[in-house]
Amino acid sequence: MLAYLIRRLFAAAVMLVVIILVVFCIFFLVPKWAGVDIATSFVGKQADPAAVEAVRVKLGLSDPIFVQVWHFFKGIFVGRTYAAGGDVTNCAAPCFGYSFRSEQAVWPVLTDRFPVTLGLALGAAVLWLIFGVAAGVLSALKRGSLWDRSAMVVALSGVSLPIYFTGLLSLAIFSYGLGWIDGQYVPLSDSFTGWLGGMILPWVTLAFLYAAMYARITRATMLEILGEDYIRTARAKGLKEQVVIRKHAMRSTLTPILTMLGMDLGALIGGAILTETTFSLPGLGQAVLNGIKNQDLPIILGVTLITSLAVLIANLVVDVLYAVIDPRVRLA
Amino acid sequence: MTAPLHEPTAEAAPSAVEEAAVATTGEKAVQGRSLGRIAWERLKRDKLALTGGVVVIALILIAVFAPLLANLVGQDPDAYHENLIDPLFGTPTGSLGGISGDHLLGVEPVNGRDIFARILYGARISLLVGFLSAIVAVVIGTVLGILAGFFGGWVDSVISRIMDGLLAFPQLLFIIALVSVMPNEMLGLTGSSVRVFVMILVIGFFGWPYIGRVVRGQTLSLREREYVEAARSLGGGRFHILFKELLPNLVAPIIVYTTMMIPTNILTEAALSFLGVGVKPPTSSWGQMLSTAIDYYDSDPMFMVVPGVAIFITVLAFNLFGDGVRDALDPKGSR
Repeated sequence: MLAYLIRRLFAAAVMLVVIILVVFCIFFLVPKWAGVDIATSFVGKQADPAAVEAVRVKLGLSDPIFVQVWHFFKGIFVGRTYAAGGDVTNCAAPCFGYSFRSEQAVWPVLTDRFPVTLGLALGAAVLWLIFGVAAGVLSALKRGSLWDRSAMVVALSGVSLPIYFTGLLSLAIFSYGLGWIDGQYVPLSDSFTGWLGGMILPWVTLAFLYAAMYARITRATMLEILGEDYIRTARAKGLKEQVVIRKHAMRSTLTPILTMLGMDLGALIGGAILTETTFSLPGLGQAVLNGIKNQDLPIILGVTLITSLAVLIANLVVDVLYAVIDPRVRLA
Repeated sequence: MTAPLHEPTAEAAPSAVEEAAVATTGEKAVQGRSLGRIAWERLKRDKLALTGGVVVIALILIAVFAPLLANLVGQDPDAYHENLIDPLFGTPTGSLGGISGDHLLGVEPVNGRDIFARILYGARISLLVGFLSAIVAVVIGTVLGILAGFFGGWVDSVISRIMDGLLAFPQLLFIIALVSVMPNEMLGLTGSSVRVFVMILVIGFFGWPYIGRVVRGQTLSLREREYVEAARSLGGGRFHILFKELLPNLVAPIIVYTTMMIPTNILTEAALSFLGVGVKPPTSSWGQMLSTAIDYYDSDPMFMVVPGVAIFITVLAFNLFGDGVRDALDPKGSR
C-alpha cells in the first residue's frame, strides 16, 4: 500500500512537471514560431526597444525554456527575485510570479478565486451524485417502466444541452423573469444567504448536466452487473433482494461512478470555465480564461498547476477508495 | 465539453460478429448475413435512432446548401437591418426578437442581422468541426491503438502512457490555450478558416486517446484469435495482418465511438466560440451567437433561445443516432 502510494505520488509529480513544460511550450514556442515577441506583448506594441529589453531581462524571457521552468518551480518553494539594472522586485514563496497585465502577484489571485470554484464544484457534485445515481439505479431496477423511459429521455436531453445555454435560460427565467433569485455572486464571508442565493442557479444547472451523464452510466453499469454470476449466487443462497442490491450490486456499480467522479470533480475544481463565464462567478476558470485571452502567462501557469494538482489528487483518492468499496480490487 | 465519452458499453461490440456467424446456421437465413446487414436491420426497428438519423441527414443538407436556403428566403447572413432595431435599447423592435415573414427567427440586437440565415451558416461550422475533428481523432487513435495492441512491449508502454497522460490533462484548458495562441494566418489560410482548421486539429488531437484505448483493448484480444494465426502461417506479413485481418474486425467499435464523439466535438466547438476563442465574427457560429446573447438574456431572450435550441437539436439527434448504432452493433444492449 505504501509502495503503491509512493509510486503514484512520484508519477503525479512527473505529470505536473510535464504539464507545466507543455504550457511553457504552448505560450513561448508557438508565438516564437508565429513571429510574436512575448516581451512586446507585455509592454505594448508601440513600446521603445529599451523598455522591451528591460522586461525581457527582468522576467528572464530570453533564458532557455528549461531554465525558466526551473525558476518557476524554485519560485514556488523558496521565492524568487526579479532584477533588471537597479529595479529589484522580491517575491516571497510561494511565488507564482506577477501578472503580465495587472502586475499583481498571482498567488493572492489564486487564493481569492479558489474558494469560489471549490464551492461551486463541491455543491454541484453533492447534487448530481444524489440525483444522478438514484435516478440511474431506479431506472435499472425498474427497467422498461414508464419511470425508466422518461428518466432516460430527460437524461439524454440533459447531456445534449450545453451548460451555457441552460445557464442563460435559468437566469432569464428565475432571475429576470420570476425574480426569485438575485443571481449575483456574494462571497461566503459577506453573507451566507447571499452566497447561497448566488450559487443556487450555477449549482443546479451544473448538477443537471452531470446528473444526466451519471444517471445514464449508473443505469448501464447496474444492468450489466445485475446479469453477473455472483448476483445469481447471492440470490440463490436466499439473500433478500434488498440485500443483493445494496450489498452486492451497488458496490460494483459505484466503482466506475467513483472513477468518473474523481476525474470530473478534479477538472471542475481546477476551473469550471463555462459555468463561471455564464454566471460571471469570479473563480479560477474565469481567471484562466482572461489570462489566455491576454496572453498572461503567469496567471495561466498558476491556474494550470492548481487544476492539474486537483485532477491528480482526485484520481489518487479515487484509486485508493476503490479498494475500500470493491472487494475485487487490490492495490499492487 | 470534453469529458463525457466514458460510456462503458462499447467493449462488447465485436460479439455482433459472432452473431453473424450464428445467423448463417439459423432456420431461414441460409444465405449469410453480414454484420452490417444485421446492424442495419436492428437499427431499422429503433424508431428513436432513425429519427435521430433523419435529423442528422437533414442537418448535413442544411449545412451543405446553406447559401441556397438563405437565398430562398432572401436573406444575407451579414446584411445589417438597423431599421428594425430600437435605437435606445439596441434590441429588435418587433415582438419575440423581431420575428416576421421576412426574418423567420428574428434579427440580432444592435445590427439587425437575420438570425435564420446566421443559424444556417452556423450549421456549417458546427458540422464541419464536429465531423473532421472526429476523423482526425479516429485516424490517430486507430493507428496508434492498433500498433500498441499488436506489438505490445515498449511500443505499447509508450503509447499507453501518452494516452493516460493526455486523458489526465485539463483538456478544455489546453484546447482553449492552443486555439488562442495559434497565429491568425497560416498555411495560406486566413481569418475564420484558420480558426476552423486549428479547432479541428486541436479537438481531434485531444480526442484520439478515447478511441486509441478501445482499439488497443480490442486488438489485444483479437490478435490471439485463430484467424490471425492462420494468416500468419499462410505467410501474411505484419502489414497484411494489421490492416487486412485486424482492422476490418475493429470497424464496429470504431464506428460506435466515432458516432459518440461527433456530438461531443460539436459541443466543444460551440464552447470555444462561446468563450470567444473559436470562430470570429462576422462568420457565424452558434456558440458565438450565445456568447453575444449573454448581454441580452433579459431584454431579448429569443436571441439566446434560437442558437441554444439549434445546438440542442443537433447534439440530441447525433446522440440518439449514436445510441442506436451502439445498440445495433452490440447484442448485449438489448432494448
